[in-house]
Amino acid sequence: MSAAAESALPAAGEDHPRYVLRLADTSLVLGQRLCEWVGHAPALEEDLALGNIALDLIGQARLLLAHAGRIEGRGREEDQLAFLRDAPEFYNVALAEQPNGDFGATIVRQALLDAWQLELYHSLTASADERLAEIAAKALKECRYHWRFSCGWLVRLGDGTAESHARAQEALEALWRFTEELITPDALDVRMASLGIAPPLAVVRARWEARIAAALKEATLRQPSSHHYPWHGKSGVHTEHLGHLLGQMQHLQRTYPGVTW
Amino acid sequence: MYTQALDSSGAEPRSPASAGDAERERRFQERIDRDEKIEPKDWMPEAYRQTLIRQIAQHAHSEIVGMLPEGNWITRAPTLRRKVVLIAKVQDEGGHGMYLYSAAETLGVSRGELIEQLLAGRAKYSSIFNYPTLTWADIGAIGWLVDGAAIMNQIPLCRCSYGPYARAMVRICKEESFHQRQGYEIMLTLARGTGAQREMAQDALNRWWWPSLMMFGPSDTESVHTAQSMRWKIKRFSNDELRQRFIDVTVPQAQFLDLSLPDPALRWDEAAQHFITGPIDWSEFQTVLKGHGPCNRERLGARRAAHEAGRWVREAAAAYADKHRDRAGGGAERYAQAI
Amino acid sequence: MNEDWALYEVFIRARSGLEHKHVGSLHAADARMALEHARDTYTRRQEGVSIWVVRSSEIIASDPEEAEALFEPARDKVYRHPTFYSIPDDVKNI
Repeated sequence: MSAAAESALPAAGEDHPRYVLRLADTSLVLGQRLCEWVGHAPALEEDLALGNIALDLIGQARLLLAHAGRIEGRGREEDQLAFLRDAPEFYNVALAEQPNGDFGATIVRQALLDAWQLELYHSLTASADERLAEIAAKALKECRYHWRFSCGWLVRLGDGTAESHARAQEALEALWRFTEELITPDALDVRMASLGIAPPLAVVRARWEARIAAALKEATLRQPSSHHYPWHGKSGVHTEHLGHLLGQMQHLQRTYPGVTW
Repeated sequence: MYTQALDSSGAEPRSPASAGDAERERRFQERIDRDEKIEPKDWMPEAYRQTLIRQIAQHAHSEIVGMLPEGNWITRAPTLRRKVVLIAKVQDEGGHGMYLYSAAETLGVSRGELIEQLLAGRAKYSSIFNYPTLTWADIGAIGWLVDGAAIMNQIPLCRCSYGPYARAMVRICKEESFHQRQGYEIMLTLARGTGAQREMAQDALNRWWWPSLMMFGPSDTESVHTAQSMRWKIKRFSNDELRQRFIDVTVPQAQFLDLSLPDPALRWDEAAQHFITGPIDWSEFQTVLKGHGPCNRERLGARRAAHEAGRWVREAAAAYADKHRDRAGGGAERYAQAI
Repeated sequence: MNEDWALYEVFIRARSGLEHKHVGSLHAADARMALEHARDTYTRRQEGVSIWVVRSSEIIASDPEEAEALFEPARDKVYRHPTFYSIPDDVKNI
């Protein structure tokens, strides 16, 4: 972004980089989870598909981390942000960090998040942060394909065999409680929306709900009732799983500080 | 990525069954001698078909099992750039496995059958993948040495007499051109890094050098199938020729890294214009090939686990397709288009 | 229970203006999955702008044993090619 465009941004202070990190960390953590599948997928073709999605997500994370680092202005680059922050400084939604489980659980997690990212990035293409809008436009194309993939599988599993239906339903029951965080604004979301940097989450909510309801219907899956613990992954309060994920991801950077790889 | 001359055992090609076959076989050999490609539905001697199925399947299995040792470091890659490169590389190997299984399928065997053979322990794959990846430097060493050895083996296969195999190899070689370079780049970065990084690089080279040389398969004097495979133009160069070529290009690359090769007997032979290594420990090769290497159990175990865990998924997709065969593309198609 | 997916052949148009060309095959349970697998397997390096997939079992192929009967008769029909005809150099635009 040009210096002029940068100074034209509404004064958002600490909020702005923190908001961009939410997006970056969600893509990064979800991509890291998909990496665990490489070499172990149910079919060779699915191995390639999951790898492609992981590549897209980590690619998004790199652009967003670089952008967050730039607007933060403390000289932190993508790898410092990815490898040298501890769990409380990660701002991904808690759903992204949930373990892979079986292929059904991975698909349910993916579909819930793909639909959300798709709607969110769609709105972010109109962000007052021009660079963020550019990144969103690129990510949006990727998210469309991710949703095509995960929604297709959700329907196949839901409407496949009795076993696959049961497994998909069970995964949905287990993960549904993390979805409220995606579509419920907190104070930061509201402040960013008021500056035109982020969309009002109510818009994303309506579109996400419609998309998911239609897909679940096609998949013959039942939408779980809404009993939600208020998760705050995007404020850095996570489930136990994130610490382990980061422990593995960050181990080389932590063991050999400051070297070039 | 990796074929190795594994055909050191298995049935000898049979002699033609009848006079008619002998005539067809003569014409077949003439086609080969004219450098014509053989295509799937063409007549071919049964032994040619079986040799190809075995070699292509071993090659495909090697790609698939080969995803595991490198996949072991994807979640721990030290930078995001290294991570995406490694995912892309391991993913390429999966793709190459697919191309190769497809080529084998044109010979009248299904991928399912070939995978059953692998999981039952009845098929071979390149023994190199039964070695562990213990540090990040192993990812560099594999890219540099293992992919380097594979390229030596694979480039001649682009001219193999069997069309589908040759075409798969052309695609594979094109895609692999970055694999070895990324490996060497990792080694270079480590070799020029801190003391600990250098040590890591040297340790990886020590462990991967000899197994890489073994990738070319047994010495020509021991290799049963070389002569027939060469007549059929499935193979263009002998194991020892390819191995020597690899040694000659790799030794200077190690020197550039300023790392030492774990072979005190290694020397330059001025008269022959070749680097000459000390003797290869073929007993180790045989041990690993027979299933007793450091990771044979883990590798096959991981493949079996993925296959078993994926069965309900494959069944679900097949059941869904059966249910919705009347609707073109299935119901899920409409959702994708509605985006 | 059946867990085998059908074999599909993949054809890719490298860029607009070119025809689709056979690039390989893959396994998929349904047509939509076959398209996705083709995309994920055969266009990772921007190899295409359009994909066709067709079940391999739907392809009807000529028999190599008949190749002579099918293709040899065309060999002596040289008059189908423009170079068969001799026209003086002075005649233009023909």
